[in-house]
Parts: sequence; structure tokens; C-alpha cells
Amino acid sequence: MTAPRTVLGPDEIARALTRIAHEILEANQGPDDLVLLGIPTRGAHLAQRLADRLTGITGIDFSARVGALDVTMHRDDLRGRPTRASQPTRIPADGIDDRVVVLVDDVLYSGRTIRAALDALADLGRPRAVRLAVLVDRGHRELPIRADSVGKNLPSARTEHVSILLEEVDGRDAVTIESAGATGEAGAA
Amino acid sequence: MKHLLTAAMPRDEAIALLDLAEDMHQIQDRELKKLPALRGRTVVNLFFEDSTRTRSSFEIAGKWLSADVINVSGKGSSASKGESLRDTGLTIAAMGVDGVVVRSGASGAPALLAEWIGRPVINAGDGTHEHPTQALLDAFALRRRIHGDAARGRALDGVRVAIVGDIAHSRVARSNALLLPALGAEVTLVGPAAFLPVPAADGTRLGLRAETSLDAVIDEQPDALMLLRVQLERQAGKVAPSAGEYITGWSLTDERLARLGGAAIMHPGPMNRGLELSSRAADADASTVLAQVTAGVSVRMAVLYSLLASTTEASR
Repeated sequence: MTAPRTVLGPDEIARALTRIAHEILEANQGPDDLVLLGIPTRGAHLAQRLADRLTGITGIDFSARVGALDVTMHRDDLRGRPTRASQPTRIPADGIDDRVVVLVDDVLYSGRTIRAALDALADLGRPRAVRLAVLVDRGHRELPIRADSVGKNLPSARTEHVSILLEEVDGRDAVTIESAGATGEAGAA
Repeated sequence: MKHLLTAAMPRDEAIALLDLAEDMHQIQDRELKKLPALRGRTVVNLFFEDSTRTRSSFEIAGKWLSADVINVSGKGSSASKGESLRDTGLTIAAMGVDGVVVRSGASGAPALLAEWIGRPVINAGDGTHEHPTQALLDAFALRRRIHGDAARGRALDGVRVAIVGDIAHSRVARSNALLLPALGAEVTLVGPAAFLPVPAADGTRLGLRAETSLDAVIDEQPDALMLLRVQLERQAGKVAPSAGEYITGWSLTDERLARLGGAAIMHPGPMNRGLELSSRAADADASTVLAQVTAGVSVRMAVLYSLLASTTEASR
């Protein structure tokens, strides 16, 4: 096992999030109807950061348009893994019907988390459209899912472990990659 | 956790279950009350004793998690034709069910069933022994009342709870006497001497302080008063108080209600209005009776999910 190699530092993560915020606005042709839902744990923090940026860019308060979507109960691997703990879901008070929901996650890998998120979303309402923004896309998709905005494309081997560290959870911002051996929540996403 | 037979569990495990129940509780606010976590699982409610709320609560919990739930009652089943608990359990297991929720008048029946049938068993009340999901829902409702939306991750440290009634014969009291102190609550048992459990060598009962005067305990301004259902008819021939004596000494009357302060008024139901508590007390703002019923569904969803979602050994 080699030592983790840092792929993105704090400044690069900040720039990537700013770019993603602009991309979201551009693709939506403005801020109308946008709702951000992050997938816990780290996706929810990233959604909050994107909401802060959107507030800064547009001057419109996004604090009531950001939330968290837990997908635990919709996962397709509940049976074969140790019991997974759930996280709170927070949906904006105005709901998601006819909104443009941007799902936010830290790592896009197999795509199974996003598949679960789409199911979870369908149980909560009927968005006009659903988009996907991720900080890192490491490839190896197992489902026909792709992101609309990507902070960093990170070609990786399946045996490698990608970790997303965020100030809110881990005390610092970084994206690291290392070869097999280590375990962590982010890499499994 | 492989079975849920007792409310005796480590603090961390109890908090994790309550947190999971907190997430399950969100389904109450949704139009579409269905989660796919237990799709394809079959749960049997095996009830040898009458129960409306516990059985339907487990049934709703299972169905909201997409499990198939089948009710088997003692009456009208082969149990009434003399079949043993073991044979009934093995028969149900042989049909391929994934978990059994059992209520029985016999203390210890769920534990035996768990040994025999080799799949998850949930104790939904056994004799005068335990009723763990009731204690979990009581803890859940109390934690929510105290901490509100910030309840996640919290325990009940320093929360003073008085459990009032026929402690000695109550499975609700016994399970709460195990769970609430594990979460840091200070529990006092209150009732007529004939209703208190036998004291241990150190004078405690079930390891807890016991008092015979409800008035003295109310003067201490507890955070919650948990009133147990009193079944005086069951006490015939014993040294038990009459209904009149019970009301005078241990009922939450209008007069005691006025002195209660902000304490939560808890009752596992079904209530005998006028006996354990006055109608005014039952309907008071401080009454958590209906909140407890709602909590019951969330807590049972958490228990079913914890026991049945994963089939790997690592989770057991």
C-alpha cells in the first residue's frame, strides 16, 4: 500500500465548486426553480457550499433551496452488506415538484448511489428535471448514468481508493488517491 | 443485533436505534409512505395475546418498509388446537418467513422461539417479562419532547422519569427500567407496596429507587410521569388496593395535574380514564400518549430494518 497522493487541494476544490455553480446557472439559464440536494454525508456539505456560491453569484438567497437526500433505504446492496446506518433527509419546505433538482455528491463511481437517489426522489415528488453535480468522477460506471457537472475527472483503477476530505467532516479539504488497502466512506460511494 | 428480546442494550446501540427511528419518522410527513428497504422480506406477527396497537403498529412498520406482513393470532390458529409454541414456530419458519414478531402471555417465549427457529425474533411483549419496543418508543417520544428536532445523537442524561403503577407485573415498566437508565435517565418506581418489585439486598428495586408516595415524587418535579395501565381485576385475592384507594394514592388526578409543572404525561395505552389518570390529564398539552403511538411505528421500522435488511453475518 502506497501513501495517499493528493490530487486536489483546498484552492482547487474551491475553484471547482465555483465553476460548477456557474455551470448549473448557465445550464438552467438562470436561478429559477433550482433546488440543490446533497447526498449525505459529504454530498450534503458540498450542496451547502454550492448554495452559498449561488447566493453570492445571483444575490438570491439559496438557503431555503438546499437540502439533503438520504438514499440508504433505496440502495440495492442492503442485503449483502452489514446493516447501513441512515442519515437525515432535509427537503426544502416548498418541495421538489416542478423544480429543477441538482443532486450533489462527492464521488461518482459505479452510479448505484445515484440510481438509489433517483428512486428516493421519485418517492418525494416529481421534479421538472434532475441534474447531477459531483466533485470527482472516477469512472467505472455500472449503470447508464453520467454527471452534468464534474469538478475533476480522475481516471483510477478499481483497486485504488479515492478519498474526499472536507473541512466540515474531516477538518481539511483534499481529494486523495491511494492503492488498495484503506477503507473509508467516500471511496465506496 | 440478531434478535430483539430485551430492552437491555448498550447505550450506543440504543442511541443508534433511536437515530434510525428518527430518520424513519420523516416518513410521517410524506404523501408516499413507502420505502423499499425490506422488499421481498416476509414478517409474521405471531400474537398469542390480544393486542390492537402493538400488532397494527408492527404491521404498518413492516408495510411501510415494503415487507409482506402476515398476522397469525393465537385464537383460531392451531395453537388453540393444542399445538406447542415450538411446533407453531417451526411451521411458520418452514414457510420461509424472514422474521417473527411474537407476543405471548408466557415470559421467555420469544427467547425460546429465537433458539428454535434460527431467524430474527422480535419480542412484542412476553408475560410480565419485557416489552422492548415499547421502552424504545417511550425513550424516542421522551427524547423528541426534550430535544425536538435536535434529538439525533442525544441520550436522556439527567432526565428524571417516574414510572407509576403496578411495576411488579408490568413488562412495560421492566423494559423501561432497563433502557432509560442505560440512556442516562434517573428513574423512580412509584406504586402501592403490593405493586413494587421485591427489593434487592441494597434496598433498590430493579436496581432503581422506589417510592410509595406519588405526591412526594410529584413535589420533586420530575421531567416525565409514566403511568402504567392498572388491571385491578387481575389482582383479585392479592394485597392490592381497591380502585378507590388507587385513585386516592396513585392516580394523576386534576389536583395532582395542577402541581405537576411541565412534566410529560406518558401512558403506553390503552388508558383507563379516571383510574390511572383523569380525562383532563389524558388530554393535557403535556400528554404524549398519541406521540408515543406515532413513535411506535418509527421505532418498529428501525427495529425491523436493523434485523432484516442485511443478511450478512457481519451485521448480526
